[in-house]
Amino acid sequence: MSGMTMAEKILSHASGHAVRAGQFVEVRPDRCFTVDDTIGMIIKYHREAGITALADPDKLAIFCDHYAPADSREHATDHSEGRAYARKHGISRFFEVGQGISHQVTIDRGLARPGELVFNSDSHTTTIGAVGCFGTGLGAAETAYVWATGGIWLKVPPTIRIELQGTLPPGVDAKDACLALLQTHGARLATYRAIEFHGPAVASLNLASRMTLCNMGVELGAKAAMFPADATTTAHFAHLGIDIDLNAGIPDPDAVYERSVTLDLSTLQPLTARPHTVDNVGLACDVGEIRIDQAFLGSCTNGRIEDFRAAAAILSGRKVADGVRMIVTPASAQVLQMALAEGLIEIMTSAGCIITTPGCGACAGLHLGVLGDGEVCISSSSRNFQGRMGNPNASIYLASPATVAASAVAGRIIDPRQLA
Amino acid sequence: MLISGSVLMLGDDVSTDLIYPGRYLTVADRAEQATHALEGIGPEWPQRLLGFPILAGGWNLGCGSSREQAATALLGAGVKLVVARSFSRLFLRNCINNGLPVIESPTLIDRLQTGAAMSADIAVGEARVGDSIVAFEPLPEPLLRIIEQGGLLAQLQAGERIA
Repeated sequence: MSGMTMAEKILSHASGHAVRAGQFVEVRPDRCFTVDDTIGMIIKYHREAGITALADPDKLAIFCDHYAPADSREHATDHSEGRAYARKHGISRFFEVGQGISHQVTIDRGLARPGELVFNSDSHTTTIGAVGCFGTGLGAAETAYVWATGGIWLKVPPTIRIELQGTLPPGVDAKDACLALLQTHGARLATYRAIEFHGPAVASLNLASRMTLCNMGVELGAKAAMFPADATTTAHFAHLGIDIDLNAGIPDPDAVYERSVTLDLSTLQPLTARPHTVDNVGLACDVGEIRIDQAFLGSCTNGRIEDFRAAAAILSGRKVADGVRMIVTPASAQVLQMALAEGLIEIMTSAGCIITTPGCGACAGLHLGVLGDGEVCISSSSRNFQGRMGNPNASIYLASPATVAASAVAGRIIDPRQLA
Repeated sequence: MLISGSVLMLGDDVSTDLIYPGRYLTVADRAEQATHALEGIGPEWPQRLLGFPILAGGWNLGCGSSREQAATALLGAGVKLVVARSFSRLFLRNCINNGLPVIESPTLIDRLQTGAAMSADIAVGEARVGDSIVAFEPLPEPLLRIIEQGGLLAQLQAGERIA
């Protein structure tokens, strides 16, 4: 019998028996979170199904992030109903407006640990696989079902191994690596599959870079994207004072993978995904004369302190171009506090940036930073689908924080190394 | 479970932003959601969808956001079956868990075009398009049961639990 991938190992733990890729199994997750754009539906579904008690409130959390602060009566009511539901059912983890994006807060606070199965009603839950857990998104009905019963069906995915080699050149970051994978393999590389990142480059990637790669795993179609737990993972949890079982978050050495692909980080250059698909990728320097109206720095893809440092390095002593607005949204309150302490917020506001409440910001176009007809945005987020930022008659280009900042200064999309 | 009707075809990589734009996420009523189904593709698409009980797509149907309204809006519009070359995971789950039958079959999609009449027995794994019969792998029994009962929550209401 061969060894197990991380997906097989973690889903075996969650189902209580040994499982293999391809099997449909019943699992009981270690955690199951939701966000403000789903909590209203969960409450409605529970009301309709006559659910009066939740299986395990200690495993649950509610995050106000997709439209926080609320911009409308409907969105505000999602927040207020969520608060009341948390109180009623003893859900102690209710993360208020301004605390930040669920996935970032999950990592900041150590709410997901190596070897755990963690659900959240958001597609970018793959982000938290950076700490060696199996994080995956759920829909509203199934989240309501898990909250009521404690379990759900899952298909055990086969796993694709992505071997990372080399080191990232200056001016190039993990986002460019994600875009390179999309460029080479397309958005269907990992449909209904898990991804494990391996290879000699892994040790050199910090937690922020790992989160970015896992985050965009879902754009490659993945159900979960994971970095095996290692010294970086241990250091993160030690800093939080949390004991972890490192072995629970690594695959068996003789695990069987469906296929393996290799990415040499040292060959990468700044890239951009052009409208309207994530795998329509080309070099930032070759994109042509693309004037921009808005630049967005933020999201669960690239709203971390490391991203703010990269952007501030470009924006320092410079100004956002006339006719361009640059919206900056920290991924969490912790990111905002660190950015303030490091003087990054001062650099950004001096450059003319707009700083918003920590949360999802302009990424999904649900409450702020919506684009006008015919406008163009360069964004550090993960999706450029038509209509994504609230307007089907607008265009979104995806790029790294450095490329976003450099383009904001130039007023058009450029390679950030031009300003280095 | 026999389902029959005429087919409306979509292309590849149709995201949930196209199936159900984010600005309507607060709409809870399925009939009202239906007035925005496929609106991301173009303003005329919600109307075009009406009268087509079977929606067919290419590769990676329903990619992107986990929004469940992409499935419930189709149910509201009277869609009885979704067929695709391949599904994005969350959209597939949202269809099944809300009681909307799905078939993943590139072979079947090869035979389909807008206006084609087809029928399928999703429990047996057999579809009929004109004179030809296409076999596909049926969903596992517990998932068929969820669909048959009208979704996970209907199942919960009926007192049945899968886990």
